[in-house]
Amino acid sequence: MAATVGQACLILGVACSAYGVGASLLGARRGNERMIVSGRRALYALFGLTAIAFVILEVAFLTSDFRFTVVATHSSTTTPWFYRLAAMWSSQEGSLLLWLLLMSAGASLCVATLRGRLRDVAPYATAVLLGFAIFFGGLMLLTASPFKTVPVGPAEGFGLNPLLRHPSMMIHPLMLYTGYTLFLVPFAFAIGALIVRRVDAEWIRSTRVFALAAWLALGTGIILGARWSYVELGWGGYWAWDPVENASLLPWLTGTAFLHSVMIQERRGMMKVWNASLILATGVLAILGTFLVRSGILDSIHSFVQEGNTIAWAFVALIAVMIASSVYLVVTRRNNALRSDARLDSIFSREAAFLLNNILFVAVAFVVLWGTFFPLISEAVTGNKAAVGPPWFDRYTVPLVLLLVLLSGIGPVIAWRKTTVSRLWRSLRGPVVFAAVVGVLLAFLTTAASSPASMALFVFGAFAIGVSVQELWRGMRARQAMTSERALPALTGLISRNRRRYGGFIVHIGIAVLFIGIAASSAFQDVRDVRMGPGESAVVNGYRFDYVRPTAQIEEAGGKLERIDLGSVVRVTRDGREVAILEPSRGYYPNMAPMSGAVSRFFEGESTSEIALKAGFFRDVWVAESPDISRLTPVIERGDAVFAKADRAGLSGEARSIFLAEALASLTDRYRDAPPPAQFRLIVSPMVFWVWIGSIIVFAGGLIAAWPSLGAVRDLVRARYAARVAQDLKRA
Amino acid sequence: MNPARKRQVRLVVFLTAALVLAAALAYTSFSSASSAVQPSQLLQTSNPGQSYQLTGKVEKGSVVRRRESITFRVRDRKGSDSVVVNYAGAVPDPFREGREVIIDVKRAGASREVFTGEKDTLVTKCPSKFRDSKTDPAGMPGTKAS
Repeated sequence: MAATVGQACLILGVACSAYGVGASLLGARRGNERMIVSGRRALYALFGLTAIAFVILEVAFLTSDFRFTVVATHSSTTTPWFYRLAAMWSSQEGSLLLWLLLMSAGASLCVATLRGRLRDVAPYATAVLLGFAIFFGGLMLLTASPFKTVPVGPAEGFGLNPLLRHPSMMIHPLMLYTGYTLFLVPFAFAIGALIVRRVDAEWIRSTRVFALAAWLALGTGIILGARWSYVELGWGGYWAWDPVENASLLPWLTGTAFLHSVMIQERRGMMKVWNASLILATGVLAILGTFLVRSGILDSIHSFVQEGNTIAWAFVALIAVMIASSVYLVVTRRNNALRSDARLDSIFSREAAFLLNNILFVAVAFVVLWGTFFPLISEAVTGNKAAVGPPWFDRYTVPLVLLLVLLSGIGPVIAWRKTTVSRLWRSLRGPVVFAAVVGVLLAFLTTAASSPASMALFVFGAFAIGVSVQELWRGMRARQAMTSERALPALTGLISRNRRRYGGFIVHIGIAVLFIGIAASSAFQDVRDVRMGPGESAVVNGYRFDYVRPTAQIEEAGGKLERIDLGSVVRVTRDGREVAILEPSRGYYPNMAPMSGAVSRFFEGESTSEIALKAGFFRDVWVAESPDISRLTPVIERGDAVFAKADRAGLSGEARSIFLAEALASLTDRYRDAPPPAQFRLIVSPMVFWVWIGSIIVFAGGLIAAWPSLGAVRDLVRARYAARVAQDLKRA
Repeated sequence: MNPARKRQVRLVVFLTAALVLAAALAYTSFSSASSAVQPSQLLQTSNPGQSYQLTGKVEKGSVVRRRESITFRVRDRKGSDSVVVNYAGAVPDPFREGREVIIDVKRAGASREVFTGEKDTLVTKCPSKFRDSKTDPAGMPGTKAS
């Protein structure tokens, strides 16, 4: 019954979307307000129907209703309830439903808040957004319905992929999809604005908060993914230039460029072609990101689907349509609607700095796009599939990022239109001196100079932080002089009066801190892979790691075995002083294949590293362990044979469970008593903590900038009132 | 120089610079890329010192762990040709015998059969890709164990 209701919601949602597209387009062409309103309501209805379908599926996951095929293949009764909630988006079907829900929620919110504004643009934007809904709803109905059921469900499900059992994995996909879908809102409004040739700054102002929210959500998703990689994947890094990581970075990069360049259009009426092109590209890249995760077209650890699925061609068609219509609209409007109101006065101006910043962002995006799709490019050109690795990406992105960090310091303080070198120097001399002092201290007191690129990033980062702090300080002092407030109220008052400007400065501080962390942790990380038995030790960068003793235990959930943990206790010391006692382990999850042996299935399923970490402000000590279970294999095989014989003899289910529990307990005892040497990855990495702290600062700054100001709310209320008066007058 | 001419010159300079940089990008990507090959292709044509992106399945019973490295055989996805890979670096969680891996390798020496894996390049495809899509979930047993 529930599945039928869910499926009906999907069908009705697609029907509503199709109706909404027709009503919005016809209403816009004929100037029929009632049809436009009806189209808008179709969007709200889509959101309501998708929300019902989403709740039905979540309830099925929570209650382990294995009649739903998607629940049986992606969850189990041993999966903790909070991971069951998130298990939905580990599946193709569930993630498509989540995508549709987030898109319809963001679109409904935008269309509802803009009621009365952009009256000519909004119907076309609504039609575009509903077009996306038809695509994703259609995909679910035709190829990947989350509401497929079997009459009698299995006793147990496959369970959530153990790699995904991490708190950040519950939020990471949610944030990425929120970012992707919210970027489609300004995309749709850009299409609408181009169609009606009303490409002034109004559509940008009206959708700016959605672009900023999309940027913030996508950035948060990327960082959560990096954190997951660092603490869950067992290799000790947080970025590997993997195609799916890159896919999420691409719209973030072009979106960042867009958020900077729109300021020029708002202020000077310049760069209209560029801004329209940027947001259209960002929309296309957002769909491309979804496509890469869901299609499996490029080899990636993060692509949680099977290869060769049929939705790839549907996505290719959608992307082709998006690119073709975007190019057509920009090219046909470039000489009239998109003509700039002003010209660049000087290369010593904020406009020029922002333009350079945009070129650099787009260059980084191009490098990442090229490298990501290089396997397909090389196959098309040479017939041979070849891939480029992290060194290739680093070769191009590092210098571009260095320039971007430097520009993040110069751009915000350079004057609009034109400035002089002496005036610029007056604004920058404090931060330049600060950066120089930092550079000299690092060169003499640390080994930072051994990596020139990292050294440059430290200095440029210090400069960018210096500029932002200086601007906040100057603003606060000026406010104190005017209002006689104390420092903190003056600072918060300053920020709340101009959230966009000062939120931006906080973002710049966070970005600089984040890149300093990246530079330090990637250039000065010490890694050692070593095989150790109990009593043995290894030294990494002055830290001594002693394998003290093995650990082994059975983890249960809901009275059933969830996994077997095999690990160790490792004591870390430096100069004889204890730094930490770490307990890395590896969790072995049961294999659900019907043909697996009674005992061996507990070691043949997935296994994941549970890394042990001592995080510090300046240094992280990180340990992952991969136990050697080969010595247990003969015992496991004997156990399989015994249980197979007992099963044939008619062993009851209850007795089987008891004997199996005993057998597994004796196996873990055996491992604890005589453990073979295990493989360890030992890492001492400086300043990884700064990456996470920097990200939090960026998030805080972004939130401040995105938070609607009192003035914006007032404008919205006024616009609504004006629209109502206009409607009343029309009726009268 | 009149402003329109100046703008044209700027545009030409900018586009030329972009073109040169794009050409450099394309050239270096082709010259530094690792060709994706299977063991049978490596056995036929491999040059010492050249990097290849090897894909294939880890042969059952071939994994040998040493103090700072592991050795395993990679065989064709569909076929029996295989090569030996000595590897030191992070071993992904899903790595195990019978699973498909991707790893950047270089020929170790004169032997056409032995290769050295480049540090931290071993990727095991996501486990969900190994699930038999035809498996009927209704056929799954319960996991009551303790």
